[in-house]
Amino acid sequence: MAKELLNRKDIERIISRIAHEIIEKNKGPEGICLVGIQRGGVHLAARIAEKIKTIESASVPVGSLDISLYRDDLSLRKDHPVVRKTDIPFDISGKKVVLIDDVLFTGRSIRAAMDALMDYGRPAVIQLAVLIDRGHRELPIRADYVGKNIPTAKKEKIDVQLQEDGFEDNVQLIKAKE
Amino acid sequence: MPEKILIQNGHIVDPSQLIDGIGDISIENGKIVALELKSGKAKSKARASDGAKVIDATGLYVTPGFVDMHVHLREPGFEHKETIATGTKAAVKGGFTTACCMPNTSPVNDNSEITAFILDKAAEAGACRVFPIGAITKGQQGEELAEIGNMHDTGCVGFSDDGRPVMNSLIMRRAFEYGKAFGTTMISHAEDIHLAGDGVMHEGEASIRFGLRGIPAAAEEVMIARDIILAQMTGGKLHIAHVSTKGSVALIRKAKKDGVNITAETCPHYFTLTDMAVEGYNTAMRVNPPLRSAEDMAAMKAGLADGTIDAIATDHAPHHRDDKLMEFDKALCGISGLETALALSLQLVRDGVLTMPQLVNALATKPARILGLPYGTLAAGAAADIAIFDPNRTWTVDAQTFVSKGKNTPFDGWKMQGQTLMTLVEGNIVYSL
Amino acid sequence: MTRKHLITMRDLGKADIHQILDTAASFKDVLKRDIKKVPALRGKTVVNLFYEPSTRTRTSFEIAEKRLSTDVVNFAVASSSVTKGESLFDTIKNIEAYGVDFVVVRHSSTGVPNFIAEHMDVSVINAGDGINEHPTQALLDALTIREHKGSFEGLEVAIVGDIIHSRVARSNMIGLQTLGAKVRYIGPPTLLPPQAPPGVKMYYSIEEGLKGVDVIIMLRIQMERMNKSFFPTTADYFCHWGLTKDRLAMAKKDAIVMHPGPMNRGIEIASDVADGPQNVILQQVTNGLAVRMSVLYHLSGGEHHA
Repeated sequence: MAKELLNRKDIERIISRIAHEIIEKNKGPEGICLVGIQRGGVHLAARIAEKIKTIESASVPVGSLDISLYRDDLSLRKDHPVVRKTDIPFDISGKKVVLIDDVLFTGRSIRAAMDALMDYGRPAVIQLAVLIDRGHRELPIRADYVGKNIPTAKKEKIDVQLQEDGFEDNVQLIKAKE
Repeated sequence: MPEKILIQNGHIVDPSQLIDGIGDISIENGKIVALELKSGKAKSKARASDGAKVIDATGLYVTPGFVDMHVHLREPGFEHKETIATGTKAAVKGGFTTACCMPNTSPVNDNSEITAFILDKAAEAGACRVFPIGAITKGQQGEELAEIGNMHDTGCVGFSDDGRPVMNSLIMRRAFEYGKAFGTTMISHAEDIHLAGDGVMHEGEASIRFGLRGIPAAAEEVMIARDIILAQMTGGKLHIAHVSTKGSVALIRKAKKDGVNITAETCPHYFTLTDMAVEGYNTAMRVNPPLRSAEDMAAMKAGLADGTIDAIATDHAPHHRDDKLMEFDKALCGISGLETALALSLQLVRDGVLTMPQLVNALATKPARILGLPYGTLAAGAAADIAIFDPNRTWTVDAQTFVSKGKNTPFDGWKMQGQTLMTLVEGNIVYSL
Repeated sequence: MTRKHLITMRDLGKADIHQILDTAASFKDVLKRDIKKVPALRGKTVVNLFYEPSTRTRTSFEIAEKRLSTDVVNFAVASSSVTKGESLFDTIKNIEAYGVDFVVVRHSSTGVPNFIAEHMDVSVINAGDGINEHPTQALLDALTIREHKGSFEGLEVAIVGDIIHSRVARSNMIGLQTLGAKVRYIGPPTLLPPQAPPGVKMYYSIEEGLKGVDVIIMLRIQMERMNKSFFPTTADYFCHWGLTKDRLAMAKKDAIVMHPGPMNRGIEIASDVADGPQNVILQQVTNGLAVRMSVLYHLSGGEHHA
C-alpha cells in the first residue's frame, strides 16, 4: 500500500527552497560545491546546482559519490552492491561541501559518505541536504537542509522516483505489510 | 568345522559344469560330494537327518567362490595400508575365496623367501586362499629376471611387475621364454611409462576440461601390442592385467583370433565409471590405468560379453587415508575394491550385458583356469569354496565400515544392489552377513 | 553475485563477469586517487598461499588486498614448513586455525583450490592451479579487451603458444566464450590439446590463425617444454610461431596484443611487437589490480563471512 507524500510540484518547490537556503547560509555561492550520493542524491545535486545558477548566475561544481566501499554493513550483506562511479572532478580541500541525498534515515550512509569524502581531500566544512528526513537515526547526524520531515514507522519504506531515472517525480510512503 | 553341510534350494550357477538351476549342494570334510538340481532325477544323498548343517539358500545364488587374480595385500612392508589378515577378510566379505596378491610389497616378492613368508602369513591369518604373484624382475626394476623358477616352486601362480611395466622388451622376451619351462603366466601391467609421462587421468575431452595432464590410451595399447607380439614369438602365456581401453580390447580380440596364448582381465571401476568422475578432483578417482572415456567403458562391457576379456579382477589397492588426502596429482593410485566388486558386477547382469553364468565365469571359473588353480568349480570332489549371495539385496556403501584397511573407494555413499551373504572356504563358513 | 569462492571461470555467468568488471572499473578510479585505500574489507584477513614462485601475481593480489584494508599474510613456500615435508592438508588446517577469511592460492597441482575449499572454511581464490585455471587473469584480460573493444559479441580472439600447459589459455577460453567471443588456438600440435574444446578453432599456422582477429593473447613459452621435446629449439619455435610484425599484420588493424607476462622476447614475441603501439601489457597490469580488488569485494558477501 502506497501513499503519495510529494508530487512533482512539491519537489520543485523544495529544490528551489534548499537552493536558496544553501546560498543564504553560506553567504553566496563562492566556495560551495555539491556532492550527490549515489544514486538518488546525484540527480538532486544536479537540480540544486541548476537552481543556484538561475538564482545567482554562478556555477557551483557538482560531483557524485559512491559509498559502497565505506558502508559498515558490507559483511552483513549477502550480495555486494555494484560499486558505482565516484566522480569528483575538482579539489574539495578548503571547500564548503554540501552532501546531497534523497532520504535521511539511520545516518549510516552519511557517515560512510563523510569518510569517503575525507579520502578525497580536507573540506573546510561539510553540510548535508536531504529531500526527506524520515527519522530513526542511529548515529548523531543532523541535516542542515531538509525538504520535508516525515514521521515513519521503521518497517515502512520511502520510495523516491525521479524523472532522470525515467519516472514521474514523486515520493511515496510504502506501508509495511501487516 | 561341521563335517557335513547341506546348502538347500539355492540357485546354483557353476560355469565349469554348465549348471544353472535350483538345487542342493552337499559338502563333507571340506569337499563337495554332490550337487543335485531339483529338476534332476537323482535324489539327494545328504539329508538333514544325516546330521548335516543345513543352510537354506532359497532365493539366493550359490556359486563357486570368486577368484581374484589381482589384489594388493600390502604385506610385507605396508601393513598400515592392509595386511594379509584384513585383506582376506575383505575378500571373503565380497564373496572371494581366492586372492592372488601382487608382488609390489616391501621388500618386493621377487624371491622364494618372500613368497614363503606370504604363504605362511596367509596360512596363519588368511581368511581365504592366498596365492602370490611373483615379480618378473628383481625389485621390479625391469632390468634382471627374478628367480621365477624358485618362486614358482614355492607357490607363485603367475608373474608380474604390476604397478609398473617391464619396459625392456628383451627382458620381457626372456621372461616369456623362461616361464614356459614352468607353464606359468606372465601378467602384463601394460603401460608405456614414457607415453604416460606425468599424466594423472585419461587423456581426452575430460582431461582437457579438468586441466589435468592426460595419459593416452596409446600408453596401454602399445605395450599390449608389444606383449602380444612377444607372446606370439615365444609361445609364452600372456595375461593382460586391468584392461581399460577400447583399443586394448580390439588388440586382445584379434590376438585371440590369431591363436596367441592370451587372456585378459578388467576391473569393476572400468565398466562402472568414466573419466568424467574425476570432476571435482576427488582423489578416490585416481587409479592406474586411469578411468577412461564412455566409449572405453562400453568396450569393457562388449569385451566381457564376447569373452575377449576373460576375467573380472578387483585390482584391490588399499591405501592409507594420508596417501589420498592430498593434491590430485600427488595422491597414490588405487581403489579398495574387494567389498564392492560383486554388486558392481551384478549390474552387468541387470543391464543385460552378461548372463549370470557368464558373470560367475568371469569372477570365479575363468580366473582359476587361467592360473591353473583347481577352484572356481562346484564339481564333486572339488574344495567347497562357495559364495552365497542375494542379487537383489540393497545396501549403501559406507567406506568407514569396510573390513579392508583401505577406505579409498569412489563408490562411498553409492546405493548398491546385490550382496554376499555367506562365504565358505574348504567347507568352512568364513563369512556370514 | 553471491558466491564464496572463485576457483574456475565456469562458475561465472555472463552477468557475473560484467558485474566484476563494472566494479573493477570503479576501483580503477579509486586507484587514481591520492588516498588509494578504501575501508571495504577492514577486519578481514587474507592469506596468500603461494606454492609456486610468482612475484607478479602475488604482488598484484597483495596490493589489491591492502587497498581494500584487509590484513595480509604471505605464506610463501620457501620460508614455510612445506619444505620440511608438511602435507597440504596439515598446512591448511594450521592456517584455518588462525581464523582467516580468504585464501589466495597458487599451486603446481590442478585441483588444490577445490581441495582447500573442501577442507577449510574460507573463501578460496584460485591464483593458478597446475595447468588448469587462473581466473583472475582471464578477468583482467576481459576488462582490458572490454576497454578497447567495447563488447565481446562476435570478437575473434586468438590465443597463441603453449595452450595445453596454460591455465591462462583455459580460463580465458572459458571466460571469453561465456562473454560471446570466438576463440582460436594457435600453436604447434605438440602444445595444442589433442582435440579442440567445443567452439574453439585450432590452427597450426600462425599466419592462418591470426587472419582477421581482434585480440591476440600471447602465452609465455617455458624452456622446460623444450627439454621435454614439445618443440626442438626456441629458434625453431620463434621461426614458426613467434609474433612478428608481419604476422601481426594478418590481424585486424586495430587488433590488440596481450601477454600475461613475463615476456620472452625473441621466443614467443619479437621485440618490436612487444614495444609496439598495439601492445596493452601494462594496461593489463593495472587492470589486474582492479579486477582482484573487485573479486575480493564481491566474494566477501555477508552470508559466509558474518
